[in-house]
Amino acid sequence: MASYRGVDYLLLDSLFSEEEKLVRQTARQFVQDRLMPLIQACYREGRFPSELIPEMGELGFFGANLDGYGCAGMSNVEYGLIMQELERGDSGLRSFVSVQGALVMYPIFTYGTEEQRKKYLPELAAGRLVGCFGLTEPGFGSNPGGMTTRAARDGAGWVLNGEKTWITNGGMAGVAVVWARTDEGIQGFLVERGSPGYETSDLHGKLSMRASVTSSLAFRDCRIPDSMRLPDARGLKAALGCLSQARYGIGWGVIGAAIDCFETARDYAKVRKQFDDRPIASHQLVQEKLAWMITEITKAQLLALHCGRLKDAKKLEPAHVSMLKRNNVRMALECARLSRDLMGANGIMEEYPIMRHMCNLESVFTYEGTDHIHTLVIGENVTGVAAYR
Amino acid sequence: MKILVALKQVPARDSILEIDSSGRTFNHTGLQSEINEPDAYALEAALQLKDQQGGEVVVLCAGPEEAASSIREALAKGADRALHVLDDTLEEWDPLSLARLLAKAAETESPDLILTGLQSDDTGSGQTGVLIASLLGMAHATIVMKIEVNGRTLKVKRELEGGWFQYVSMPLPAVLTVQSGINKLRYATLMGIKKAKSKEVKTLTSKSLGVPAGHKVVLERLSLPRKSKETVMLAGSPAEQAAQLVEKLKFEVKAL
Repeated sequence: MASYRGVDYLLLDSLFSEEEKLVRQTARQFVQDRLMPLIQACYREGRFPSELIPEMGELGFFGANLDGYGCAGMSNVEYGLIMQELERGDSGLRSFVSVQGALVMYPIFTYGTEEQRKKYLPELAAGRLVGCFGLTEPGFGSNPGGMTTRAARDGAGWVLNGEKTWITNGGMAGVAVVWARTDEGIQGFLVERGSPGYETSDLHGKLSMRASVTSSLAFRDCRIPDSMRLPDARGLKAALGCLSQARYGIGWGVIGAAIDCFETARDYAKVRKQFDDRPIASHQLVQEKLAWMITEITKAQLLALHCGRLKDAKKLEPAHVSMLKRNNVRMALECARLSRDLMGANGIMEEYPIMRHMCNLESVFTYEGTDHIHTLVIGENVTGVAAYR
Repeated sequence: MKILVALKQVPARDSILEIDSSGRTFNHTGLQSEINEPDAYALEAALQLKDQQGGEVVVLCAGPEEAASSIREALAKGADRALHVLDDTLEEWDPLSLARLLAKAAETESPDLILTGLQSDDTGSGQTGVLIASLLGMAHATIVMKIEVNGRTLKVKRELEGGWFQYVSMPLPAVLTVQSGINKLRYATLMGIKKAKSKEVKTLTSKSLGVPAGHKVVLERLSLPRKSKETVMLAGSPAEQAAQLVEKLKFEVKAL
């Protein structure tokens, strides 16, 4: 397979340091060597390539932007570049790494006790333990504040009751970060697989994110000790703090999916001949689509990089992340659709990545804050009026 | 054991090269660089020997400022430190002058073993390794596929033509030029990349090494290979034809 050298229309590589480019190269090569040969079959069979977990752990992909406890201590730009390369492979693989790092390791790192950090983070960083994040419920998606899952004090411990759904990695997770309503407000808890009263069931019949595990979590009088509560995870704000981390990664990741679509369609347009034995790349309507895509990809790269630099300077606000996630996911989905169009009937076949990316991106459009919600966050930011309250 | 790995930075494989207006070199703008492929295998061989037996891996690279990125990559993969012979004019040096420079730099380290690729992917003269061995009076072997170290003795497997191999033993210190594809290249882990930031890179120059400027090789003209269309019929049983086809797709077309 010819090696992939990246898409860099505006010489943006000049904005990255040598270390940042090395990190990207490691992720890029890993995806090319390990994921690309598997992904078509995984997607068809609805299977997450869990055999890749140990090596991703060795390379340092999990919780890469956290420091200590076996984490790699990367900058947020380096973390973003990893997400971009992973999602060039598949949104399912990127989702796995996003959840593990941003939604499980980050809250343990930020809201947990030293004992919790020492116990869980090295295992999660090495990939020996998989985590999931239980916030969304069957009745509460965009409005997590309405959650009905309850945690009640019971002597020295807690009893959990309720249901979570659309949980990435749920069925394969050894530990779940679960958000529940308590008498003292919403709080975060750790629940280990095998705890009595805790069960998971995987969702089947997905036509998107097929190379990813999505599950429901059920808690029926699930008793956990108080040592499993994340002491600083108080209020919905703590949960949203995790989502901001994950959304930031998505803003980078989808650039990878868009690039893969663009490159596939561009290469196809150069060899596919129609009308007078000329490649369709010579047609004006085809060029218009390619020009739109490369322009939008380049703008998305700049947006992501700027947000990354802001995040490294601790100046990135949730409203910034909303713009990044909303703009870049829309852009990627539109690139997938245009690429499908350019590839004609071939665009729907599994031997090309387009349809897979397009279906995945439909999920990405919705999860981690729907496009609508991010629109309203931006709207609130510029008007001072919240539309969803 | 102290192993020195001599590596060169070259334009990345599959780069689209444009010959510039002088007709003597190609346009370097926007061109990505990488560690010369056989040198990357030499580095991996050195790191594997270190994993087995301990010791130190020192990288030696002569080249311009930009070569620092390849040095950093080698350090990220696990080399302990590096020597960078900084020079912008090396492209014009003849192989013997270049080998003198590298040999002089290598001498400052008194390594037990020097590994390098069998040739470079850009100029491909294939002389650097053997010239270094000759200048330092060390034993050497070329096109090496396997290295076994027993005390102060080396046993290596060399690739000959037509599917033949040769096994040679020699004493240390020695110079080996390594064939591509002999091992599985490791990735630079994120922790390795971070650690590499604080590893020592010593900068040397031809002047500091007391090596006179090299003899110049003047390249008269550079041209791209002419494209020609040729149909080849594969003979044999279907299985044999398939094997030949796979061979061609892998090594000629490089599509697999």
